[in-house]
Amino acid sequence: MKLTIGHLYPDLLNLYGDRGNIQCMKKRCEWRGIEAEVREFQITDEVKFSDLDIVLLGGGSDREQMLVCEKLKTIREDFHAYVEDGGSVIAVCGGYQLLGHYYDTSDGRIEGLSLVDLYTEQGSPRLISNIVIANDDFPYPIVGFENHGGRTFIGDNTPLGKVKFGFGNNGKDGAEGVLYKNVVGTYLHGPLLPKNPHVCDYLIGNALEHKYGTRELSSLDDEQELEANRYIVERFVK
Amino acid sequence: MKLRRMIAIWSAKIISAACRLSGKQGVTFAGKVALRIDPDILKDLSAQVREKIFVVCGTNGKTTTNNLLCQAIETENNRVVCNHTGSNMLDGVAAAFVLAAKNDGTLDADYACIEIDEASTLRVFPHFKPDYMVLTNLFRDQLDRYGEIDITMDMLKRAMQMAPDMKIIVNADDALSAYLAMESGHEFITYGITERVFSEEEQGEQHEIREGRFCKKCGARLDYEFYHYSQIGKYNCPNCDFTRPEIDFEALHIDMTEGLSFDVLERYLLPEEELDSVVAIDDIATGDGTGSDHTEEAAATREAVYDRIIHRYESRHLSADYRGFYNIYNILAAYAAGRSAGLKLADYEKVLKDFHPQNGRMEHFNINGSDVVLNLAKNPAGFNQNISAVMEDKKEKDIIIVINDNAQDGTDISWLWDVDFDRFGDRKDCGSEKTDVDSVEKSHTIRSITVSGIRCQDMRLRMKYVDIPCEMIGDVKSAIEARLADGCGNLYVLVNYTALFSTRNILAGMQEEK
Repeated sequence: MKLTIGHLYPDLLNLYGDRGNIQCMKKRCEWRGIEAEVREFQITDEVKFSDLDIVLLGGGSDREQMLVCEKLKTIREDFHAYVEDGGSVIAVCGGYQLLGHYYDTSDGRIEGLSLVDLYTEQGSPRLISNIVIANDDFPYPIVGFENHGGRTFIGDNTPLGKVKFGFGNNGKDGAEGVLYKNVVGTYLHGPLLPKNPHVCDYLIGNALEHKYGTRELSSLDDEQELEANRYIVERFVK
Repeated sequence: MKLRRMIAIWSAKIISAACRLSGKQGVTFAGKVALRIDPDILKDLSAQVREKIFVVCGTNGKTTTNNLLCQAIETENNRVVCNHTGSNMLDGVAAAFVLAAKNDGTLDADYACIEIDEASTLRVFPHFKPDYMVLTNLFRDQLDRYGEIDITMDMLKRAMQMAPDMKIIVNADDALSAYLAMESGHEFITYGITERVFSEEEQGEQHEIREGRFCKKCGARLDYEFYHYSQIGKYNCPNCDFTRPEIDFEALHIDMTEGLSFDVLERYLLPEEELDSVVAIDDIATGDGTGSDHTEEAAATREAVYDRIIHRYESRHLSADYRGFYNIYNILAAYAAGRSAGLKLADYEKVLKDFHPQNGRMEHFNINGSDVVLNLAKNPAGFNQNISAVMEDKKEKDIIIVINDNAQDGTDISWLWDVDFDRFGDRKDCGSEKTDVDSVEKSHTIRSITVSGIRCQDMRLRMKYVDIPCEMIGDVKSAIEARLADGCGNLYVLVNYTALFSTRNILAGMQEEK
C-alpha cells in the first residue's frame, strides 16, 4: 500500500512546525509498512489532486496568505472536486481559514477556497494559548497550541472538538476546528499530529479507506506520544 | 530633580547588590525601580555619554556582537556603558546606565553599547536616539510573543523613523535586514560574505526553513546564488530592482578548520578633498577605442570603474579560537560598527583572542576534567547554527538539550520541529559499501543525546520522529550529573532562554565544587 502526501506551498505556508505534521504522517505510515511519498508544491507548480491521498495546507502570515490566495483561485475547482470525492485534507491555522469562504482583515478580504461552509473575521486580541479539546469519537483529548487573530465560525458543521482549555475557533462558542467529509481544519499546531497520534491515524485511516477500502491500521507503541499528550492535559485541565 | 535621580541610582544599586548576594539576576528589577522613581533617568544619563551610542538589534548574535564591540572600544582606553548580561528590554537597558552612574547622578562614559530586543526599541528610543544601530539578522523567533516576522520588521521600521540621524550597520546577506535598512532612508553601512563557504552538498544536508525567500518589495521569489545558512546568502530579485547591496566590510578567505580565520576587506569613500580631484564619470573611457562606448554595457563598465576609483580598500587578517560560522558575522558586525564610528580598532585581533564568550554563548566549564560547553539556542536559525558548531567538533561528545516553555522562552515550542535535528543522526553512510573514514567518524562522534527541561517530552518526540535515540531526564541537574558520570568528557549543553540562567548556575556551581 502507498499514500502520497501533498504539502501545499511550504515556502509560504510553513509557520509553526508544519513539517512535523508531514514527518509524523510519513513515519506512522512507514512504521506500518505503508509506503509514504511526500510531494512539496511550490507556488508555481501545478497540483494534480488525483495523485494525492492527503493534502496538507499549513499556516502563514497574513501577508503570505494574501500571496497564496491569488494562486488558490486557480486550483479551487480541482481542490473542491478532491474534497467532495472524499480526499483527505489537514488544514492548520492559516490553512484552516483558507478552507472557508473568506477571512476579513483590517487590510481587506482574503478570499478563501469555499471548500467548507465557514468564514473568519479578524478580532482582537490574538488568541494565544496552549489548548486542549475533546471529541468523544477520539480515544484521547487533542492537545496543541493556538495563535490566531481570526475568529472562525463554522455554522452547523461538526467541530473537531469541544474546548476544555484555551479559546478554539472564536473564543466564544466552545468549538474548535471543523470536520467535513475527510477534511480536518484546526487552529491547533504544536505541531498537531506528533502529540495526537490518534488524529494522525484518523487521517491515515481515512486516506486508506478511500484508496483501498480498508482503514485497518496495526497498532504502534505510542507511549511517548501519549505521555506528551497527557502532560499538556494534566497541566492545563484540572 | 537631581535628588530624585540620585535616589533612583542608590535604590537600583542596593537592589542589584542584594540580588547578587542571594544569587539572583536582579538587573532588570533594579532598572524597573530606577525608572519608577525617576522616569527621566535613562534620558538624563544617556545624554551624558560623550561620544557615540550604539544599539545592537536582530534576532541572533546581539549579545556576542555587543560585548565584542564594547571590548574593542574599551581597548582604546574609553569608558563604555554596556548591558553585558543581555538584559535587553527597557528595564535592562535602564539598569545598564543606572548601575554605571556615580552616586551623585553623573555618568562618566565615552560610549554606550546597548543591545535591544527588537520589540523594545519602540520603548527605548523615546529615551535616547542612538548614533548607530547594528542590525544582525531577522529570523522567526517566539511567534507567540512577537508574532510573525512582518510584525517585528514593522516595529523596527517605526523605531528607525524615531531616530532619523541614526546610521545603520547592516548584514547585507540577510535580505530582510538589508531591505529594512535600504528602505529606511537612513545612511547605512553593510557587511557580508560574498564567497561561497559551504558546498552545495553541505547545503543539501540542511532543509532549513528559509524566512525571506520572497522579495519584501514586490513579492516575487528571490533568486539566490547560494545560501550560507537559513535565508542568509547572495540574492537578487528577478522582478524588481531589489538586490543585495554593495558590501563595505567583507569577510573573505574564510578558513574554519581550527577556530575562525579570515580577511576583512574594508571599502570606504575617498575623503572629500581627494574626491574633488577624481575625474568625472563621463570622462572615463571604457570602449575599445572604436567610439562605440555609448552602449548600456559600456555605461555599466564605466560606472564600475568610477565606483572603483572613488573608493579606497583596506584589508586585514583576523582570527579567533572559537567555533561557529555565525561568529564571523558577529566579529564582522562589531568591527564594521567600530570602524564606521571612526575608531581605529588596531588591536581588534587581540580583542578577539581575549574575548571569551559568556552567558551561555559557547561558554566553557571545566568540571572534574570534563569540558562542558553551554550554548543558548532559542529559535530555529540559532539552533541550526548551534548544531553546525557542535558538528564542527570532530571529537566524541555527549549532548544534552534543555527545552523550557516559560513566558520568556515563548510558550509555543512548535519551532522545535523547524530545527534540523536529523543532522545529529547523520548516519547515511553507515552500512553502505563505501567505507569513507570521514563519514564513519562523523557518524560516531555523538555518543549520546539526553533531553531535559519542562518540555523534555516534546523534545523526545521530536527525536523519535527522526529516528534518533535519546534518553529523557526531566531535571536538568540530574541530566548533567548523569552525563558527567558516564559521558566521554566532552559535553555540550544546548538550552533555550529560561533554561540558560539556571543551567549556568548549576554548571558554575559544579565547577567551583571540584
